[in-house]
Amino acid sequence: MAAADADDALDTWTISHIVGTMFPILIGLSVLEMGSGYVLEKLQATYLGNPTLLVLVPVMIGMGGNLGAILSSRLSTRLHLGVLEFDVRDEVLWTNMLAILGLAATVFSALGVAAWVVGQLIAEPMALSELLLISISSGMSLAVIAIGLSLAATYVSYTRGLDPDDTTIPVVTNLCDILGVVVLSGVAIVVLN
Amino acid sequence: MEGRQSAWRIYRESLPILVVSLAGGIFAGSVLGSEGMSEGFERFPGMLLLLPAFLATRGNVYGALGARISSGLHQGMIDPEFSWDRRLVNAVAASFINGIGVSVFIAVLSWGILQVLGRESARLIELISIMVVSGVLTSTTLIFGLLTLVFASYEYGLDPDNLIGPIVTTLGDFFGVVFLFIALTVAEVIF
Repeated sequence: MAAADADDALDTWTISHIVGTMFPILIGLSVLEMGSGYVLEKLQATYLGNPTLLVLVPVMIGMGGNLGAILSSRLSTRLHLGVLEFDVRDEVLWTNMLAILGLAATVFSALGVAAWVVGQLIAEPMALSELLLISISSGMSLAVIAIGLSLAATYVSYTRGLDPDDTTIPVVTNLCDILGVVVLSGVAIVVLN
Repeated sequence: MEGRQSAWRIYRESLPILVVSLAGGIFAGSVLGSEGMSEGFERFPGMLLLLPAFLATRGNVYGALGARISSGLHQGMIDPEFSWDRRLVNAVAASFINGIGVSVFIAVLSWGILQVLGRESARLIELISIMVVSGVLTSTTLIFGLLTLVFASYEYGLDPDNLIGPIVTTLGDFFGVVFLFIALTVAEVIF
């Protein structure tokens, strides 16, 4: 018995098993990420003309996913504990959303200032007010999207009986990552024109 | 009132991790916004198209490796040290294949999209070379860096599960763009 268990366990540790499960997911995500890439490429003149905007890109790609992951895993824990209610009067739901918006406001204000400093030092300088406006408006929009996606994904897990840790959290974080550049680019165009 | 206090608690608990991730992202952004990088993007059209995929897929490859190693340690299936253990070798080899394979894939995909759209593009060999060089350097550094930190934290009695996310993001942001910069510089010299 023990030997058979060890064999079973080694099966999921073979190269073909790991590559076979991961690679198709990576291919799918890369194809979706090309959507963000297309926006960057399309706005090449704007980004290369204002390289300080590129300073915002990695944070915009990663932070939406981080915020979505924090909220989703908190909602998923409550789901597992059986205390999650989808009710507008559920105070805990509002508390979590308030915390996420506060985190986003802090992080994206800091990002705007940091990008301005970097712009002064190494890239083409841009006005602090413009950078703050771009960083905070796109960051807060992204936070609202992350909240919406987390709620929707947790709700789907809840009604379908899926485990959010395996299914919805990766979907939410990756979708937020993809939308980050799209939101940033949209806001940057409106602000700069 | 109670709600506001617990929102404050969630805020305080989550902020440190986000600040670490923010710092890594700002460093990565500074490299991206630098003159050398912008020149590379202009010299090799297609790089901006594949940039988000390059930045985002790493978290999935190495996060998955970290989660697997962490579960393996918890279950006593692997030991917290570098050895020619069959499972460890397989997991590392698979991550190399995934990491480098997806780098080549996004180079080809990006080139293909520009061809279909009839837009200006760097040559396929240029994009593949840049992605292979940065992919090999990033995979090597992230895999061995991640394993070293996960093993060390496990030996110190910390739960690696809580550390993998921030470790992968920070190492990935830091080394990903630095190696991309190096690969672009090498490509500019060669091509």
